[in-house]
Amino acid sequence: MTIIEQPKEYKVIGTRPIRHDGLDKVIGKAQYGADLKLPGMIWGALTRSPYAHARIKRIDTSKAEQAPGVMAVITGADMPVAEAIEIETGEEVTNLAHASDKLMARDKVVYKGHPVAAVAAADQNAAIEAARLIEVEYEVLQPVLTVDEAMASGAPLVHEDYAGKDLGEETRNTNVADHFRHETGDTAAGFAQAAVVVEREFELTMVHQGYIEPHNATALWKSDGKIEIWTSTQGAFGVRSSVAPILRVPETDIRVTPLEIGGGFGGKIPIYLEPVCAVLSKKAGRPVKVVMDRKSVFEATGPTPGGRIRVKMGANDKGDITAAEVDLYYEAGAYPGSPVGAGAMCALACYRVANARVDGYDILVNKPKTAAYRAPGATQAAYAVESVVDEICQALGMDPLDFRLHNATREGDRRADGPVYPRIGNLEQLQALKDSEHYRTPLEREGADGRLRGRGVANGFWFNGGMQSCVTINVNSDGEVGLVEGSVDIGGTRASIAMQAAEVLGLRAEEVHPVVVDTDSVGYTDMTGGSRTTNATGYAAYLAAQNVIAGMKERAAILWESNADDVEFEDGVFSSKHDSELKVTFKELAAKLTETGGPLAASGSIRQRGSGGGFGSHLVDVEIDPETGKVDVIRYTAAQDVGKAIHPSYVEGQIQGGATQGIGWALNEEYFWSDQGVMENSTFLDYRMPTALDLPMIDAIIVEVPNPTHPFGVRGVGETPIVAPVGAVANAIHDAVGVRLTQAPMKPQRVLAAIKEKNGNGA
Amino acid sequence: MHPFQYLAPTSVAEAVDALARYGDRARALAGGTDILVQTRTGRFDLDAVVDVKRVPELTALTLGEDGLSIGAAVPCYRVYEDAEVAGLYPGLIDAASLIGGIQIQSRASLGGNLCNASPSADGICPLIVHYGQAHSAGPDGRRSTPVEEFCVAPGRTILEPGEFLVSIELPRPPAGFGGAYQRFIPRNEMDIAVVGVGSSLTLNAAGDRVESARVALAAVGPTPILAHAAGDSLVGKTPGIDAFREAGELAADAARPISDMRGDVNFRKELVRVLTRRTLTTALERAQS
Ligand SMILES: Cc1cc2nc3c(=O)[nH]c(=O)nc-3n(C[C@H](O)[C@H](O)[C@H](O)COP(=O)(O)OP(=O)(O)OC[C@H]3O[C@@H](n4cnc5c(N)ncnc54)[C@H](O)[C@@H]3O)c2cc1C
Repeated sequence: MTIIEQPKEYKVIGTRPIRHDGLDKVIGKAQYGADLKLPGMIWGALTRSPYAHARIKRIDTSKAEQAPGVMAVITGADMPVAEAIEIETGEEVTNLAHASDKLMARDKVVYKGHPVAAVAAADQNAAIEAARLIEVEYEVLQPVLTVDEAMASGAPLVHEDYAGKDLGEETRNTNVADHFRHETGDTAAGFAQAAVVVEREFELTMVHQGYIEPHNATALWKSDGKIEIWTSTQGAFGVRSSVAPILRVPETDIRVTPLEIGGGFGGKIPIYLEPVCAVLSKKAGRPVKVVMDRKSVFEATGPTPGGRIRVKMGANDKGDITAAEVDLYYEAGAYPGSPVGAGAMCALACYRVANARVDGYDILVNKPKTAAYRAPGATQAAYAVESVVDEICQALGMDPLDFRLHNATREGDRRADGPVYPRIGNLEQLQALKDSEHYRTPLEREGADGRLRGRGVANGFWFNGGMQSCVTINVNSDGEVGLVEGSVDIGGTRASIAMQAAEVLGLRAEEVHPVVVDTDSVGYTDMTGGSRTTNATGYAAYLAAQNVIAGMKERAAILWESNADDVEFEDGVFSSKHDSELKVTFKELAAKLTETGGPLAASGSIRQRGSGGGFGSHLVDVEIDPETGKVDVIRYTAAQDVGKAIHPSYVEGQIQGGATQGIGWALNEEYFWSDQGVMENSTFLDYRMPTALDLPMIDAIIVEVPNPTHPFGVRGVGETPIVAPVGAVANAIHDAVGVRLTQAPMKPQRVLAAIKEKNGNGA
Repeated sequence: MHPFQYLAPTSVAEAVDALARYGDRARALAGGTDILVQTRTGRFDLDAVVDVKRVPELTALTLGEDGLSIGAAVPCYRVYEDAEVAGLYPGLIDAASLIGGIQIQSRASLGGNLCNASPSADGICPLIVHYGQAHSAGPDGRRSTPVEEFCVAPGRTILEPGEFLVSIELPRPPAGFGGAYQRFIPRNEMDIAVVGVGSSLTLNAAGDRVESARVALAAVGPTPILAHAAGDSLVGKTPGIDAFREAGELAADAARPISDMRGDVNFRKELVRVLTRRTLTTALERAQS
């Protein structure tokens, strides 16, 4: 672990206590959505479209209604009509009419797996069997399956009635939902100064977050009109604010309880099942639970887009980037809203580029509506940009990390889309990778049995959000505290938030008892996502703890018949500024709450700014079988500026997890489409995520350049590490076998074909 | 999935009765690692599942003078944990120890692998190159079929309604025999063969000529393929890279792959060439050791 700046000595922060939720999760006692059982609960199942694009002519539910055990059947006609307005839901903006239509089709199905009806029955099998009895007559339409098809003139329209935007102007009869541009300087002039100009086009296919836990929801629409929802989500408040307008009920009438979550990575920010369960429950008068199967998760939740990316970049012979142009064509899926906006902001974020133009296109296709996936939109762009940077380094004969350091953005630089960087750690983390043992050790170029090795690097950026959080701390009479939060625990956030409170309160991490509660039991808290939780909810916990200390000082003052201003707190002990005899520990004082005024609880709430950004560069060695095209990752090191690592193990875990997902994306993960828009590999057998045997140990180098807007310097961690891997792996493959793969995934068949083409014997 | 009967007969005759009673609405259950998954995803619509693991013959693993008899429900781990079996049937061990992972191998049987009749099954090619015979029992009595003739289409075998697999018999390999199985998968575990190749060869006493050889291919046709020409091409030849390359070409000619999500025709044919050469090289090393 490399510590760049270490301003303070901490007692709890920076240590590695066992996480509060660890034991339950390890022994299988944690309560996930699928575990939930309620009195009178019944099961729902959905009928889904077999076509990617079709008009619904007729739905006949009569057979399903008569099937054994069936208590409710609904179609799009039973769903309230939502208003076409946009709301903020964490990392995305959601148009409610689209969100509602996505849950349950009305006139038209626009992706394979689009729900058309739902059934609730006494048990899960009865519900599934009944859902099969729903008869739907479709008029099958030509599906739009790629960004090129979607933009071709005369292409079928995914939605005939949607308006698009082209550089701010409204457009009609188009699948391009949005086209925008960021521009700075004069790229023509910049390219004129260049000694080297590289222009390449890249293609990617849709990939899924691949969380292990399928989506699930249970809803009870009560007789008093209130709705209770239990679900696996990254943000209970986001569920509440999406469900309320879709069902046209006031937010206050909905209570959402988040259960443990088995992975989300952005894909569990949007809602899929909750309103459907609620409408079924209203009809059946019982709690209704739906758990998706894996196929539905792949076909009908929110993957991250494929698409096409063009990058042109120039550099002079001193190694300065003189100009760059990036065109990003991203699949939105069946409704507007791909992460191309973020992709465009991230594309050149690692580099000082005086002359830049970035165009983004958000393109409708008959595929599932994309959702956030860990640094949404950034990995695709980085794959393209980092590949081109690699080529420029080779053309200039420059070390790839020297080039990146030379051009690295730093405090005061302006990003191509406008913002000026505050203090960031881009240089420091690049330098840490350059200084790593891995980088300093030359690669042995030949592996066993004729396998060839190569090394690649890439850099990556993600914003790291702030947003809103609220925490309440309750002081117990034994001197320990309960910490009430609205942040669903992903990746150890109970621990990382509790530790920040513990640091302030002078307690051990284990003496703070975090609990994640429903939307009625804590103040508004945004979703766990955007790499914001340890930063913003941690900050709220810090503030709540400060308020606890202030309250405790008043109690000490009551005991000592003095003034709270006269009380100091250090190392868990309250003492009088005037009388050195007067001391009371936090624990002793907690036991005296009753006599000093009653219970003590305090809250902290924050609307936190972003962190200025997290940068992370990755270094990978690969070994390739030139006869089969198989790529093995044999060594991997990732450096990242995390601001401050509250719990270093979980920071390392995030960096390793991000790298792992990126490696999967680089090598094998893909939606494999039929020409009718059916995903053919909707199982974990044929959707190939890496297994433990596919990965080396991933070394994480933690760099700490504190975020000045957070009391402990936290910057956020989770998303940045997925940005660099695809580009790094592409660069390593090029280094090993001399072929530049401009299509992801870089699966064996593609690698082998490229090797054969290079050797002039393309089969 | 709707409710179905679970039957656990304890003799071959009872099992035949049970299976015959439900016809094509019943299936045998060995380790269950295919059938449970397939039933849940709606591939079968069953009224009865007949667990064959209580029939003693089906869980017997016996090595005798004549060869090896593997009860149709013997899980993979019992095959590879038997040191004597492992020494004699190396090609089989390659497959038994790579199917799934340890959990799967503790349940999954070679019999189930064969009866599931997947074109990409890892267990079938090794059985073919070890000259396996499938013994089945049915309402019309017992019969024996060479493994290479057992599968007739994806998911379909020669078994008639009421008939089931009892055991697989492999002759005792002669001196100078070596076998190997390899598959190509994009990952390093828990994957399905893009191509699998099993090879075996028997050397003459001097060890400088091939007396007989077999090459069998997985995932390049509707059933596992015994590539006769590839094996025959080696007979009489000096074993080595040139002969193996030629066998690889002939094996690629015998392959009838389709293009799908796991690989296209060219890629699969190329993998057949590479894996034929590699498995023959390993088989030769084993024959010589
Ligand atoms: C996680 C996982 C990984 C896997 N990995 C691999 C792999 O790497 N390679 C591979 O080839 N396979 C793999 N499989 C598939 C499966 O494990 C194998 O095909 C296994 O050998 C099947 O054996 P079983 O005993 O479990 O068969 P079962 O599931 O019990 O039966 C399989 C089929 O054969 C029929 N059957 C079983 N016994 C008889 C009998 N005696 N007579 C007539 N019909 C019978 C059944 O009705 C069923 O149709 C994997 C499966 C899983 C779940």
